[in-house]
Amino acid sequence: MDSCPCIKNFLLLDSEGNRVAVKYYSDEWPTNSAKEAFEKALFSKTQKTNARTEAEIAMFENHIIVYKFVQDLHFFVVGAEGENELILVTVLQGFFDAVGLLLRGNVDKKEALENLDLILLCLDEIVDGGVILETDANAIAGKVASHSVDATAPLSEQTISQALATAREHLARSLLNCMYVPVPWLADDDAMGSSG
Amino acid sequence: MAQPLVKKDDDRDDEADYSPFLGIEKGAVLQEARVFNDPQLDPRRCSQVITKLLYLLNQGETFTKVEATEVFFAVTKLFQSKDIGLRRMVYVMIKELSPSADEVIIVTSSLMKDMTSKTDMYRANAIRVLCRITDGTLLTQIERYLKQAIVDKNPVVASAALVSGIHLLQTNPEIVKRWSNEVQEAVQSRAALVQFHALALLHQIRQNDRLAVNKLVSSLTKGSVRSPLAQCLLIRYTSQVIRESANTQAGDRPFYDFLEGCLRHKAEMVIFEAARAITELNGVTTRELTPAITVLQLFLSSSKPVLRFAAVRTLNKVAMTHPMAVTNCNIDMESLISDQNRSIATLAITTLLKTGNESSVDRLMKQITNFMSDIADEFKIVVVEAIRSLCLKFPLKHRSLMNFLSNILREEGGFDYKKAIVDSIVILIRDIPEAKETGLLHLCEFIEDCEFTYLSTQILHFLGIEGPKTSDPSKYIRYIYNRVHLENATVRAAAVSTLAKFGAMVDTLKPRIFVLLRRCLFDNDDEVRDRATLYLNTLGGDGAVVQTGEDVKEFLFGSLDIPLVNLENSLKNYEPSEESFDIYSVPREVKTQPLAEKKAPGKKPTGLGAPPAGPPSTVDAYEKLLFSIPEFANFGKLFKSSAPVELTEAETEYAVNVVKHIFDGHVVFQYNCTNTIPEQLLENVTVIVDASEAEEFAEVASKPLKSLPYDSPGQTFVAFEKPEGTPAIGKFSNMLRFIVKEVDPSTGEAEDDGVEDEYQLEELEVVAADYILKVGVSNFRNAWENMGADCERIDEYGLGPRESLAEAVNAVIDLLGMQPCEGTEVVPNNSRSHTCLLSGVYIGNVKVLVRLQFGLDGPKDVAMKLAVRSEDESVSDAIHEIVASG
Repeated sequence: MDSCPCIKNFLLLDSEGNRVAVKYYSDEWPTNSAKEAFEKALFSKTQKTNARTEAEIAMFENHIIVYKFVQDLHFFVVGAEGENELILVTVLQGFFDAVGLLLRGNVDKKEALENLDLILLCLDEIVDGGVILETDANAIAGKVASHSVDATAPLSEQTISQALATAREHLARSLLNCMYVPVPWLADDDAMGSSG
Repeated sequence: MAQPLVKKDDDRDDEADYSPFLGIEKGAVLQEARVFNDPQLDPRRCSQVITKLLYLLNQGETFTKVEATEVFFAVTKLFQSKDIGLRRMVYVMIKELSPSADEVIIVTSSLMKDMTSKTDMYRANAIRVLCRITDGTLLTQIERYLKQAIVDKNPVVASAALVSGIHLLQTNPEIVKRWSNEVQEAVQSRAALVQFHALALLHQIRQNDRLAVNKLVSSLTKGSVRSPLAQCLLIRYTSQVIRESANTQAGDRPFYDFLEGCLRHKAEMVIFEAARAITELNGVTTRELTPAITVLQLFLSSSKPVLRFAAVRTLNKVAMTHPMAVTNCNIDMESLISDQNRSIATLAITTLLKTGNESSVDRLMKQITNFMSDIADEFKIVVVEAIRSLCLKFPLKHRSLMNFLSNILREEGGFDYKKAIVDSIVILIRDIPEAKETGLLHLCEFIEDCEFTYLSTQILHFLGIEGPKTSDPSKYIRYIYNRVHLENATVRAAAVSTLAKFGAMVDTLKPRIFVLLRRCLFDNDDEVRDRATLYLNTLGGDGAVVQTGEDVKEFLFGSLDIPLVNLENSLKNYEPSEESFDIYSVPREVKTQPLAEKKAPGKKPTGLGAPPAGPPSTVDAYEKLLFSIPEFANFGKLFKSSAPVELTEAETEYAVNVVKHIFDGHVVFQYNCTNTIPEQLLENVTVIVDASEAEEFAEVASKPLKSLPYDSPGQTFVAFEKPEGTPAIGKFSNMLRFIVKEVDPSTGEAEDDGVEDEYQLEELEVVAADYILKVGVSNFRNAWENMGADCERIDEYGLGPRESLAEAVNAVIDLLGMQPCEGTEVVPNNSRSHTCLLSGVYIGNVKVLVRLQFGLDGPKDVAMKLAVRSEDESVSDAIHEIVASG
């Protein structure tokens, strides 16, 4: 109670409970099998709930869990039993929205895996060793995405030239990714404009 | 840098399982990692490989020591690249690999260069990485930069340094403590999160300095905190200061205004933090609670589940200590019973069950019934437990609550859930006499269709104890005998035992029981047949006129008054020989007495297994023990046995405690002695009692203990005569007298010659409380009104200065030795007055009810108004006498 709010872990699972990306800050789960068991139990407990419009919450094995689902992705943030639930949900919302911004609104498992680097950087920017670093989605996404841009500027305020620079990166990246992505792509600037 | 939008094509389904990491293999990726060593680095390619490595780690793959070192060295090469995206991945990768100390040196210079870079992102991340992997020695080298970073104008850099400080404080506190000036400055930062991190670090640096924390809180509560997170921290620190300031004075609590002010903050997280802090204040008053409850009530109807959950969870906790404060929220709470989120619904129900009054129980039960069918077992158990305590609180409602329990007992459910229900019914049967018969029938119906052997046997055992004592025992026979036909061997054997118990205790049923038992003689299970044969023989069912002694019957059907652990030990030590095992040789150590506290609220009743070992049997055990001693056999009915009183210090040579047994005209002291010296055997142990300070008592008999070997407790008794029916009191001094014999530890044989010796014990008192039985009433007000004011005696007493109100209340309860009712023995913190309700039975079987009203008179003086009602004026007077002379 007297200490700083603490996040125990982030889980981003798919619709079958498999890991997309996870990050543990607490050593309550020492082994990978303990982690997997926890994820599995948590997933089956929450799977049937509807956490698509509003973030949901559950008590589970002396943890407070807040979670939100979109498409085939399940976002979880786990905190201690005595934690302020609203702080946890603020972190969840920051994570959720930042991922939405980074994936340009196209949030699903496939997109998340293809941009796993962004997701991992995103987690890295939200929490450091359990301590909350940032909860504002724009700031988080800004720090992750705009490498050459002022870190605090939100995506929506990028200048045209920055947007073009990003678009160029798309091009390069997509060409590189062609070996895995046999999908027709469209480098449309509309998508950029609408995503902020 | 993100992927271009993928149009949702029709053929998308085909790719549903597509993953860029499909078929990924550690070995191959490690091969790929060689690109890190290329003289011409390809940043994109390298980024992808790092992502793959991180993916593997994330999926739980581990690298061997060699692999990790190789990857680490390769990754360090990437510092040559100027690509910012790649650098970010390198930072994450290094943190994931958590390199060893000698590896850290390789990257130190690169990271230190980044730490002083012009690019904010480099500075912030390099600080975080370096602080994560560094050890104390390196820290002193970079300390200067870190101090600068804390006050860096870029908030991301400052936060990075502060958060690193929070982590480093655990390992290198002396270094981090040197930064407090900079941290102090950062607390004033305009950037919200910098303020949050700085406040967290500053508090951790100073947490052991109460004065400093106090100063920090007082200056910040004046209002310079901008970030909601920092405000939450401040609320936590403030309540810590309030808690430690130990302000016993009534009146305004310091900083309460700040907490209340936070209830009007614009961020919900702050409002909630403050509301929660207020509810958790020590000895919070209703006036202080009200504003917090009001905001929580608003949250109850929020559209956000998290807000509703947070509010209902907090209110649920408040309801445990201040049920009345939460009743305002009952309407909102009732609408939450149908909440989609089952955690919220369960919390709402259990809160309602705590705050509900007698009249709302029925309505509540109707709502809960609809709700029970669609929640998980774990929630159901919580509800069942809440209902059990509700029923104990409102015994008059036992009918509807018992019905509810039996209904849910019939529905589907797992073992733990069913056990919780059965336990609850058993406890209600024990504690509410009116509920007994219906409760037993519900249990009978349940075993008709019970899939859990454990529960069936437990219920059958319980039926065997309680069933014969009911008005019409015969109606249970059918249910029990059905088990013999339809169940597995374990349950059948239990049913046979239960049948026999009915036969033994109800003479009119005996012939019919014999018929049933004889049918069991052909059972295909040995145990069932054996039991049936045994019981038929002992009960005389085989036609022969059996003169089995009462003791055999008692042994088979009576409650076993020997601690099972002792019995088990004795049986283990028993060697088969000519001499048969003698149950009376089992020590009856009475050290761990669960004395008559069965109604003490807050104590969890032990449930099904408990009845035979439960409190009533303790009294029975004493009674039986005393009556087995011829000298005491004509003393009449045992009125009360006290809890054991220690007469020796802990860990002395001989440990002695005494139990006072009160009879109408006699008092028997039972001295439980334990010899703790392995080299000694005590013989002919007696206690010499000097009753010169107890004029009304005259010694009539004593029963010495023949022998007291090492670590095997034994009892010696002394009996006194006293004037019949009066509460004679007095002081007794005790001396243990015995003959000591040396024992050879190797052979365990004692020498023939002994020496007489004495051992001084502490004094023992017979007090007024010994003449009052703790007997609770289920509804104090009813009992009080039924008793009428005919023999009421009211008077006021000044109790003088007392440590606290609670201490005064407990002192009076102890003095009177009566049972506190309805939880009124608990005095809320900081309250200025308190009413305590007591009930008991006075010697001569006179019911007594007492209403104590306490009030603080001045700062410490306690005044008390004592109202006594009983069936006999003289008894009411006697109670006043006790208080007046106490």
